[in-house]
Formats: sequence, structure tokens, C-alpha cells
Amino acid sequence: MGLTSTFNVKEDVLIVRLSGELDHHEAEGLRSEWKDMLYQNAVKHIILNLESVTFMDSSGLGVVLGRYKEVLQLGGEMVVCSISPPVKRLFEMSGIFKIVRLEENEQFALKTLGVAS
Amino acid sequence: MKNEMFIEFSSISENESFARVTVGSFITQLDPTMNELTEIKTVVSEAVTNAIIHGYNNEAHHKIGITCTIQDHDIELTIKDNGIGINDIDEARQPLYTSKPELERSGMGFTIIENFMDSVEVISHPNHGTTVYMTKQLAKNKTVMNQ
Repeated sequence: MGLTSTFNVKEDVLIVRLSGELDHHEAEGLRSEWKDMLYQNAVKHIILNLESVTFMDSSGLGVVLGRYKEVLQLGGEMVVCSISPPVKRLFEMSGIFKIVRLEENEQFALKTLGVAS
Repeated sequence: MKNEMFIEFSSISENESFARVTVGSFITQLDPTMNELTEIKTVVSEAVTNAIIHGYNNEAHHKIGITCTIQDHDIELTIKDNGIGINDIDEARQPLYTSKPELERSGMGFTIIENFMDSVEVISHPNHGTTVYMTKQLAKNKTVMNQ
């Protein structure tokens, strides 16, 4: 099934939309692509849209946590949105919501970061 | 009736999805809930990833074996590698512990496995490999639960 990722920039926000399965096999490619997008654009916040993610494991959590640390360095924050119940469970188990904000959808997440839609 | 399957495959990351889909497909005979199926697939993914990254240091020419036995509502799952083994199993099972922080590992693999299975036993011998033996009982009264 694999993973598809698309990146969009809106003002100082990098919007990352993932679709498919995020495991260790897919994690490495995603990491390098995501890092490039983060540093090649004048952004400081990340919105991670997980609406179409059908599977994620701890390798996916590792990539998300890695980007969280980078966005913190940039003085920004990470917002996760449109998460499915199984992926939400995984995030809750890892305690990631203590540091990463969860919003219902992308529009709302953008608004909370001060980007007019 | 007891039913068992065994698969063996190369220690390459492409096989992580093969392994979880195969085990997931085998246990559909027990009519698991979507949650239970996700839990089993996640656990397989975690253990196989551990074998590839830690057991075999990302070397592709090794083998990983999975045995899955189902009977009534019970699942027994054994995932085995012949890799470098784990020196300190208690340390490896700690949440957020990882021996490879440079690889951006979350350190949550074993924690997720323990959360999703009823029992988890790790047997490891340095330089001989690691076997993770797990059991899980699926919910029995699904029709009642789904109401």
C-alpha cells in the first residue's frame, strides 16, 4: 500500500498531508523529504494532517517526534489534525499529545496558527 | 480447532507490511474487531521492525520467522530472529528507551506490544537472537458488544 505525502506552505505554516501506511520502511523517505521542506521554506509551524493514514506504528511516531523537535528549534509549534481513532490511540499511548496540539481539521488548525483561510 | 501458520522472510523493511498483512489475514478466521486486527498488525510491525533494525542491524541477508497459532478466541504469536540479541531485556522494554536514538526511534515499540497483547515474553541470547512470544484473547461476545 505504501505512503504518499504532500507538502503545502501557507504563510509560515508547513502543511503535511499523509496518506496510506507509515511504518519503518516508509519512515526514512518521509523524514528526508519532510526535513527538506522544513528548511527550504520560510516556515516555523507544522500542521500534520493524518486523515488518510490507515496504519501507523512506533516508527511513524519517531518521525513525528523528530520533526516536533525541529519545529521547536524554529520557535514554532506542531498541530496534528483529522486523526483516525486507531492512530489517535497510538499517539495517546506515547504521550505525544502532551507536547503536540490536536485539532479537529486543517481549517481550524490553520486558524489557531493565525493563518486566514 | 487449532490452526497454525509459519512464515519466514528476508530481513528487509519491505517485508514489514507483508508480515502484518499476512498475520492479519490469517487471524480474520477468528472474526476479530477492527481494533483487534489493528492491534495485531501493529504488534507484528513493531516486532519485525525490531528484528530488522536491532537484531540484524539493517543487514538484508538474514531471516525472520513468524509462527501464529489460533484456537477458539486465542492467538499465540511468536516472532523470531537469529540476530545479535538483547543484553538487557528489562531496559529494552522501558518506554522511550532506544539503543539507536540517532535513527530517530521513538522507543515505544515494546510498550505498544505490551499494551496491545495480553502477555509478552522476550527470550534473548546475545549473538544467538531474540524470540518474542505473545498471546492475546479476542473478545468473545462481539454481537453484544457492538450493540
